[in-house]
Amino acid sequence: MGERIRAIVLWSFSALVLAFLVLPLLVILPISFSSASFLSLPIPGVSLRWYETLLTSPAWGRAILNSFIVGAIATVIAVTLGTLAALGLHRNAFRGKALLMGVLISPMIVPIVIVALGSYFFYAPLGLSSSLLGLGLAHAALGAPFVLVTVSATLTGFDPNFARAAASLGAAPLTAFRRVTLPIIAPGVISGALFAFVTSFDEVVVALFLTGPLQRTLPRQMFDGIRENISPTILAAATLLILFAAGLLLTAELLRRRSVRLRGIR
Amino acid sequence: MRASLRRAERARTLRGLGLALPLILFTFVFFLLPIAGMLVKSVQNGPMPDILPQTSALLQPWRATEPRTLPDEAVFAAFAEELRTAARNRTLPELASRLNFENAGYRSLLMATARRLPETPAGSWRDTLVGLNPQWGEVAIWAALGRASPRLTEGYLLAALDHRRDDNDNVQPIDPSRAVYVAALTRTLEISAIVTFLCLVLAYPLAYRLATLPESTANLLMILVLLPFWTSLLVRTASWLVILQREGPLNEALQWLGVIGQPLDLVFNRPGVLIAMTHVLLPFMVLPIYSVMKGIPPNYMRAATSLGAPFFTAFRRVYLPLSLPGVTAGCLLVFILSIGYYITPLLIGGPNDQMVSALIAFLTLQTLNWGLAAALGAVLLVITVALYLVYTRVVGTDGMKLG
Repeated sequence: MGERIRAIVLWSFSALVLAFLVLPLLVILPISFSSASFLSLPIPGVSLRWYETLLTSPAWGRAILNSFIVGAIATVIAVTLGTLAALGLHRNAFRGKALLMGVLISPMIVPIVIVALGSYFFYAPLGLSSSLLGLGLAHAALGAPFVLVTVSATLTGFDPNFARAAASLGAAPLTAFRRVTLPIIAPGVISGALFAFVTSFDEVVVALFLTGPLQRTLPRQMFDGIRENISPTILAAATLLILFAAGLLLTAELLRRRSVRLRGIR
Repeated sequence: MRASLRRAERARTLRGLGLALPLILFTFVFFLLPIAGMLVKSVQNGPMPDILPQTSALLQPWRATEPRTLPDEAVFAAFAEELRTAARNRTLPELASRLNFENAGYRSLLMATARRLPETPAGSWRDTLVGLNPQWGEVAIWAALGRASPRLTEGYLLAALDHRRDDNDNVQPIDPSRAVYVAALTRTLEISAIVTFLCLVLAYPLAYRLATLPESTANLLMILVLLPFWTSLLVRTASWLVILQREGPLNEALQWLGVIGQPLDLVFNRPGVLIAMTHVLLPFMVLPIYSVMKGIPPNYMRAATSLGAPFFTAFRRVYLPLSLPGVTAGCLLVFILSIGYYITPLLIGGPNDQMVSALIAFLTLQTLNWGLAAALGAVLLVITVALYLVYTRVVGTDGMKLG
């Protein structure tokens, strides 16, 4: 009997916590389809006017484009450097490795405002402030540790005998990498890329410090919007971003399952 | 044989490091160098040694005198001469801004004096300057110039801890009415501690439930934990602004249920910040606890209960200790992440809920007091790095798992 009550209590508590995690995201969906400009439920009528405002406004269009450009720069750099480093550091023991890993991963935990402030001073003399490239480089430094971590995790399950077998059968190192290692670690590389992209796509503090009006990114645009006057247009943008996040999450989850299968675990 | 083996091993290590080199260099240039630059900025004093070189040099021996009286005529003369040069070279505004950080009236004092400075002194330079403004006859302005005269200063770091040097260069706590930075630091740590605690209370039972479910069900429910994790921080902040406002769904629902008569004020105050930050950081607590709990064999609990231990005793003596590594990892991670928070408190909090990051941004972008901003950044960095070292000691860098 005690066990039953315990199970009920545990289930209800867990359900409440899950609701706390997800409901706040769902509440804004209906409001973004409201025909009125006030932000409360229930909505007086259904309309797509806020989506129209969002998708026809040059400022939002520019911001979305900028975010994709910056995200692409950051992701390409982070994935290339992070994957190479993960391959090089995996099963490689040397003195000071823990320290090196600690430093390489530290961008994940150093307060973002410190990175922003440092970059603010550092980029101006290089002519990189108020440029999409500068913002992309700063975001690449923030995203690379995610790639390092995810690819390293995939490599842990990677049997090096596969690569050795390829080499003993006469494959050149690059061929063995391209035909054997890469397909197996690909899920790790891609989910690292997703993390790196989201890190950049969602980043607003460095963007606040480094961008002028022409380099405004989507989070920056949302930040200004929320600060000045939160309108249903922001919620329309938020709804699209939630759908985008759900897409990314599903991709990452499928990749994780594929990775587990490919590595022959379970 | 052994030597050649060691050589081969060394070559492998070096090849591996070669592959890692691009990332090492990139992290160094675009992450470590900017932070080092910020640390340098936090002790860099400003332009006075370049703009008033002779005055700066002459003020050094004067700063060693005790008790302080007005500097002698040589200092006044050098100052008047260099002030005129600075006004001609248009470097004066830069100097005036630096001195204004010492005392908010010094910018106008310096500019006005430079404007009305005669070519030749009427009597001594000292009498001339005091004639222009009696403040030049006080020790305070010369002590301020003295503090601005060396290349390096600990003044910004002192200011970040609500201390300053007085006219005799003794370190003093500043006037309580103007002490804001230590309070902001304490508030930051306090909010982070509460958020960490709330996350732990919510995450532990949920992680336990998920870890003890069949794999497929757990994976399905895990998506609900991961969706907010992948969703933009600004989206989540905007949602909470809408939900918590006076006419928002939460207040409407509570009123409809008859729990409250009047709508509650939940935004632009502390409860709002705590609720929203807990929501944002909760996945970072659930994930590490869940991954540790999944590694605990269910047999252990069964063994304990079959030996006659009541559930809670078995839980406390067997399961809880085994799950502690996950709890430590989660708590450290959430605490470290929350002390750097900026956007959520800024948008949802009121003036009394702002954290250190917001002050740093304000000092950088609004008041342009970069030295003080960098010093506050340095204090925040020291706290974070100390916690991070504890984290790597306890959890290790491999413990950073995602998704």
